[in-house]
Amino acid sequence: MILLTWYLILSGVLFTIGAVGVLIRRNAIVIFMCIELMLNAVNLAFVTFARQLNSMDGQIFVFFIMTVAAAEAAVGLAIIIAIYRNKATVNVDNINLMKW
Amino acid sequence: MLAGLLFIIMGLITIVCALCVVFQKNPIYSAIFLIQTMVSLAVLYVLLHAQFIAAIQVMVYAGAIMVLFVFVIMLLNLNKTDVEGDYDKLLFQKPSAIILGFILVVMIGVVTLNTVFQGTQGEYTPESISQIGNTQLVGKMLFTKYVFPFEIASILLFAAVLGAIILAKKQIIKDKEV
Amino acid sequence: MPYFFGCSYLDLIGYVLLFPLAGTVINGFLGKKLNKAIVGIVGCTAIGLSFIVSFFVFIDLLKLAPEHRVFEKDYFTWIGSGAFEAIAGLQVDPLSVIMILVVSGVGFLIHVYSVGYMHDDDGFYRYFTYLNLFTFSMLLLVLANNFLLMFIGWEGVGLCSYLLIGFWFEKKSASDAGMKAFIVNRVGDFGFILAIMLIFVTFNTIDFTDVFHAAPEHLQTGSFIATMITLLLFVGAVGKSAQIPLYTWLPDAMEGPTPVSALIHAATMVTAGVYMVVRCNVLYTLSPFSLTVVAVIGGATALFAATIGLAQNDIKRVLAYSTVSQIGYMFLACGVGAYITGIFHLVTHAFFKALLFLGSGSVIHGLGGEQDMRKMGGLKKYMPTTHTTFLIGTLAIAGIPPFAGFFSKDEILLDAFTKGSLLLWGLGAFAALLTAFYMFRLLFMTFYGKSNMTKHVEEHVHESPMSILIPLLVLALLSILGGFIGFPTASAINSFLAPVIGGGHHSMADGGNLHHVSNSLMFSMMGISTGIAIVGILLAYLMYIKQPDLPAKIVGKFKLIYKIIYNKYYVDEIYDATIVKPTVKTSFILWKIVDVKIIDGFVNAVARIVELKSEVLKLFQTGYVRNYALSILLGGVIIIVCSLVLL
Repeated sequence: MILLTWYLILSGVLFTIGAVGVLIRRNAIVIFMCIELMLNAVNLAFVTFARQLNSMDGQIFVFFIMTVAAAEAAVGLAIIIAIYRNKATVNVDNINLMKW
Repeated sequence: MLAGLLFIIMGLITIVCALCVVFQKNPIYSAIFLIQTMVSLAVLYVLLHAQFIAAIQVMVYAGAIMVLFVFVIMLLNLNKTDVEGDYDKLLFQKPSAIILGFILVVMIGVVTLNTVFQGTQGEYTPESISQIGNTQLVGKMLFTKYVFPFEIASILLFAAVLGAIILAKKQIIKDKEV
Repeated sequence: MPYFFGCSYLDLIGYVLLFPLAGTVINGFLGKKLNKAIVGIVGCTAIGLSFIVSFFVFIDLLKLAPEHRVFEKDYFTWIGSGAFEAIAGLQVDPLSVIMILVVSGVGFLIHVYSVGYMHDDDGFYRYFTYLNLFTFSMLLLVLANNFLLMFIGWEGVGLCSYLLIGFWFEKKSASDAGMKAFIVNRVGDFGFILAIMLIFVTFNTIDFTDVFHAAPEHLQTGSFIATMITLLLFVGAVGKSAQIPLYTWLPDAMEGPTPVSALIHAATMVTAGVYMVVRCNVLYTLSPFSLTVVAVIGGATALFAATIGLAQNDIKRVLAYSTVSQIGYMFLACGVGAYITGIFHLVTHAFFKALLFLGSGSVIHGLGGEQDMRKMGGLKKYMPTTHTTFLIGTLAIAGIPPFAGFFSKDEILLDAFTKGSLLLWGLGAFAALLTAFYMFRLLFMTFYGKSNMTKHVEEHVHESPMSILIPLLVLALLSILGGFIGFPTASAINSFLAPVIGGGHHSMADGGNLHHVSNSLMFSMMGISTGIAIVGILLAYLMYIKQPDLPAKIVGKFKLIYKIIYNKYYVDEIYDATIVKPTVKTSFILWKIVDVKIIDGFVNAVARIVELKSEVLKLFQTGYVRNYALSILLGGVIIIVCSLVLL
């Protein structure tokens, strides 16, 4: 089962790449894609564990995560469109009302 | 052995494509590399005997969701200089994020390699799954043990549809007022 | 024994308190919406019912054998904390019964009087709320069966006194007087609190019965603790009863409505100190030194206040100083061990002083608010009833037989002579002379001679309405007859109160009883005191009726003395210079330097440090969400590293 350990490491690497992407990109859509990347990394970990434990529950979880991701993508992209309408940009640095 | 080789190839493709998602200047390239990442992940799911998940990974993720992304990118007509071209006000953001990322990868590696994963073994070995059929098993689980979350998920999707329509509706705040 | 709802009237003692409290609540919360007639009826009925219950309690108590006339009713444990226990309980014994009869009886008459007197005032309901609350507190004070509950009543009457002195608070002098009364009283209350603490430390209880039982065994006569307790209690009494040196608030208290002056600052509240000393007579008997202090302070105050009364022109202020003086008599009596005589004088004083105050109120009412005696005169023909009753009150306070004041004052002087010293008797006798003089001066200046009223006032002068006159008549009757409860050879009050005094101690024998005194001495003393009173009256007659220019001549001759007396010995000014001004100055320094510079400095420094730190920390708050996300990642990495290193 050493192989499965490498699946987990692959999952971790993907997750980190996604996280770093969120941190260094300023385009809201790309940030959003990086979040999808992180979700996929988690999915991979779930499937790996399901395989290792001879269980179906992990796969069901992945199914639900995909559902949530779809919902999130729909709403998130709608938000991005709304912001773009108001600010004419998708640069997150311009969405800076957290500090007046 | 074949599975191992396939894993190494697919894993490398996944990582390279993921890096490209992050570092491509043009969002449409990022989107395309993300599709590739997801397809190679689907291959890995097949290697892990999760055929149904692999199938919906391609259909829902690489298909539906990514199409949505691409549509939005085209809709907003973003070119690369539009966002990333100007000077980053946060000087240390990029280097520190990358350094932290490296540390995180190393840590995950150390933790994973040093841990022996144990757990109660379930009844669904790859053999029994292939006997019954992966899709049939997922369906059975969804409508028995996970029927309640399943119904909740439907409500969630419904709410998301409504929310997306309302948010994307024209002129929540009139442009002139901003 | 008459039973009411299946219990003896003694069990109903709580209702004595309940009625005034109910009146307070009703008038206080609903008074604004009710019309004045109803407010007045509620206020008077509450006290009237209280008086009726008190009367039945008195009757019931009389039916018991003299040595069993103590009834205690505990309601609930008010404070229970380790060894300390305060029970909310009432004690009915001859002393408290006499007090509740006087308080509710005189209080009722004054309530009735107030309906007429305060009728045009906007604060009518407020007035009756306070007055009912006062009656409640006073009754609580005299009925309490332990020191702490008594203190609640003690503070309650102080509060009501403050509220009622400052009743017309739009007037600066009135609100100032209220504050003065409150602050001066606090000095006394401080002594009282210390005394209560000392009593608890010494006896481990604050219950009257227990303390007085334990005291003779616990403390030796003349011991330091006994002296300390009694002196501290006396400090409280001095504050509340306006004795030297804390008397200055009482004359100023005349800023309140006249019925208030009659009820609170003459008849009841200010005598609370006397009541308290008599209640604690067991303790006082244990400390001869304290008794001497009480007697000397009382005698000195009697004389001192009487001299000030000679030169005052405000009708109410003369009465105020006479109150101070008369309470001095009561303390003089207590100080020589004649506690019963003190209470006797308290009762008769309540009658005639309430009468005098209400009479002066009637005069002020008739003259449309005028209080200066120099602008009165010849009122006899305008206000005949007021004049008659006022004359009775004046005769009573001057000590002419057979009016009430004669018996009690004569007995005090006799006790001062036989049990005290010639000096104390001299103080009292001279004060009696002055009392007769200044009271008749007041009478003559107000009701006799030629009118000094302004035209405008003279046109409107009228006799007061019936609601004012009826209480006057009742009180006049009491002032005539009240003295006979202490008729020298067959004193009802003596035998009634005797069980309360001394508690089986040796002082019971001479607890104000006159039986040791030979009849010849007694009658010669009577003759002397009557003679003194008549001399005072004749002097006043000579100076203010026969030769009205004589006072001016005398003043001309003794200018300095007159000036000193007229200005009340400059005591207020001395207090102002020695206590008030330094306090204000010290406070000013404390404010400007200690508070503003040091304390505020610390506070500001803390704020400044926080501000500076925030300036640094602000740099981390960039306002960019991805920057915050970086912090999250940093935190996550740190947690993972830590868990790896530590585990």
